[in-house]
Amino acid sequence: MARIGVFICHCGSNIAGTVDIPRVVAEAQKLPMVVHAEDNEYTCSEVGQRSLREAIQEHRLNRVVIGACSPRMHENTFRNTVASAGLNPYLLEMANLREHASWVHGDQREAATVKAIDLIRAAVAKVARAQPLFARQIGVTKRALVIGGGIAGIQCALDIANAGFEVVLVERTPSIGGRMAQLDKTFPTLDCSACILTPKMVEVGQHPRIRLLTYAEVKEVRGFVGNFEADILQKARHVDHDKCLGCGICWQKCPARAPSEFDMGVGQRTAIYIPFAQAVPGKPVIDREHCRYQQYLEWQRAGAEGKKPPECRICEKLCPVGAIDWEQRDEMITEEFGAIVVATGYKTFDHSVYGEYGGGRYPDVITSLQLERLMSASGPTLGEVTRPSDGQPPKTVVFISCVGSRDDSVGRPYCSKVCCMYLAKQSIMLKEHDPEVQSYIFYIDIRAGGKNYEEFVRRAQEEAGTVYIRGRVSKTYPEKGKLIVWGEDSLMGRPVQIAADLVVLATGIEPSEGAIELAQTLHISYDVHSFLVEAHPKLRPVETMTDGVFLAGTAMGPMDIPDSVAQGSAAAAKVCGLLSKDTLALEPMVANVNAVKCVGCLLCQQVCPFKAIDTETLRDGRIVVRINEGLCKGCGLCVSACRPGAMNLRGFSNEQLLAQVKALTR
Amino acid sequence: MSYQPRIIGFLCNWCSYAGADMAGTSRMSYPPNIRIIRVPCTGRLDPLFVAKAFQEGADGVLVAGCHPGDCHYAEGNYHARRRYALLHLLLEFLGIEPERIRLEWVSASEGKRFTQLVTDFTEQVARLGPCQAVGGQS
Repeated sequence: MARIGVFICHCGSNIAGTVDIPRVVAEAQKLPMVVHAEDNEYTCSEVGQRSLREAIQEHRLNRVVIGACSPRMHENTFRNTVASAGLNPYLLEMANLREHASWVHGDQREAATVKAIDLIRAAVAKVARAQPLFARQIGVTKRALVIGGGIAGIQCALDIANAGFEVVLVERTPSIGGRMAQLDKTFPTLDCSACILTPKMVEVGQHPRIRLLTYAEVKEVRGFVGNFEADILQKARHVDHDKCLGCGICWQKCPARAPSEFDMGVGQRTAIYIPFAQAVPGKPVIDREHCRYQQYLEWQRAGAEGKKPPECRICEKLCPVGAIDWEQRDEMITEEFGAIVVATGYKTFDHSVYGEYGGGRYPDVITSLQLERLMSASGPTLGEVTRPSDGQPPKTVVFISCVGSRDDSVGRPYCSKVCCMYLAKQSIMLKEHDPEVQSYIFYIDIRAGGKNYEEFVRRAQEEAGTVYIRGRVSKTYPEKGKLIVWGEDSLMGRPVQIAADLVVLATGIEPSEGAIELAQTLHISYDVHSFLVEAHPKLRPVETMTDGVFLAGTAMGPMDIPDSVAQGSAAAAKVCGLLSKDTLALEPMVANVNAVKCVGCLLCQQVCPFKAIDTETLRDGRIVVRINEGLCKGCGLCVSACRPGAMNLRGFSNEQLLAQVKALTR
Repeated sequence: MSYQPRIIGFLCNWCSYAGADMAGTSRMSYPPNIRIIRVPCTGRLDPLFVAKAFQEGADGVLVAGCHPGDCHYAEGNYHARRRYALLHLLLEFLGIEPERIRLEWVSASEGKRFTQLVTDFTEQVARLGPCQAVGGQS
């Protein structure tokens, strides 16, 4: 038998000033199962809480209703209070007399009082049907998975490992380093990018608590916070990294060539390769598509028809330790983790939709990342900036900003945030490379929000003599060995025509290939542009709606290196907070299923946004569903989808909600 | 005193219930007819609850949740929207005017919008008069 106590809070004059409290208390006393009702000046105060505890003991209350402020305000406070009086904290219900009655009906004493009585009646009806709930404790696997080995992932992995936890860092390409490794200099300090990045890469490679899996991809993730299980595909490298010394003889002698991904296609690499000189690990992989021996094997498999390709195997013959392993196959590695960080980074916008800029048609129209590789001392031209068409140094360079940024017509309404700054940087760098270079930048707005950023743009204008032209380019075409760029100077209101040697497109940022598939297996949300979505844009910037999964870097949206590093560290702090616990308490207000009523239609499984519904086969062969309480968030979608009424939601059960409806429509 | 309709509001905990709280915190004012029931998500709302509310004597039902794309549970409000479309037809079949039920999106910061919504909806239901269609057992 329920013994319900009702406590009405005055909240000073906030409630008592409008609502007739004695009348509410008197009405509450008449409600079924209510054995005690009282009012307090401030129920949340020390005095109020003591009175609550004493009443629970004195009247042997086993259910409590508090008519006060919003449960979003003090539900936790009062749960703790009733728990300290020995009552299950979920046998408490709050009636929102302040936000939903007194404050919004301040001038209507009678109506507010009647409403308050109604709300109390509904709360009593609901709490009478409440069940005690218990938070289940689960263990935590004290190991983190970091997906993506760019600067955000590197920082995150290092911070977690340095805090004492094991980390597995998975990178899709043969080396960590990411986009930052491709950059020549960084704005606004003109630090050499590789110089500040490679020590961190080496630290990752040598860290006793970091296991680095390069040339690998996360394929599937199961489980829930503290207890994830991930399938990681280790692609075949055809090089045994345990034997390999990284001496480099193989990639020096390999005769096969392919466009270098790292050099954005402006340079070439061999088929057995490390992407760049400072790669970590500094051991090569064989690219099956371009390897001559693999092509030979493919030719054999296809029936040995037509011209026989060379049976190369030069790397194998030259390798001093016999590390080449043609038998190596792709391998699936399954590991357990307590927390996951997604730092999958970005790729650049495909500029071919802008036919007017001539990208792809004219060799001297390149992207900013390609220019970055041309400027890099370790790049394909060893730092000599030359025109791809004739190898001559360019003297007049036109930059076009916002290529795939701030343009709704190509589905990219957002600002890529870093372009304004790297254009300023590249124009300064070009001037440093060759004082005769004159740069022009077509821009929409100059966005230089950040420490020393505005000053840096000024430096480009004043020291490097970069000419900023506000307007868009309408046409680019070749004429007499030059590229004629037609544009508009919208500030002067007149057309501009520049005969350029080189045109550089500031291609915008978009999420990496495969970001959506990864988001789907992790069950985290992504926006219309496929950027991953944080749990709260202001207050939970590196968390996701899936507990135990965190975000860092440009997978979430455009940002620069300092922001990515900050996020990597922030995500690491969150991971460490999670992994430092031995057990986690699960929210008990989750779905539960009555296996007797379940018919196994699995509609609930289809609607569940959290993959929290598993099936099990009973001894009589019936298939019924089972709730994975670690994954269930208590949204109740399954409950309203359940046809036989087998599903219910603890804390918001059908009986409780219907009782509320009934109490309020009386 | 003029006719006072009885309105039940099912508000999702994360957006609309907080939006209603915001209206209170900002001391906005709306007609006192609405009685709010907190649900975790509009997706939790069994259409049966709405039918039951009318059967028990409610004159109007307001369902409010997070804006599309903002659902705390990622997609609960989309399910609510689909169910609502069907429920509309069912209520019409039962002889309940579709104007008596409304599904709206109210975010946690939209106290003003909530106030406006409740005011409009209360007037709308008041114009329709008492709900005659479903007497129920009582």
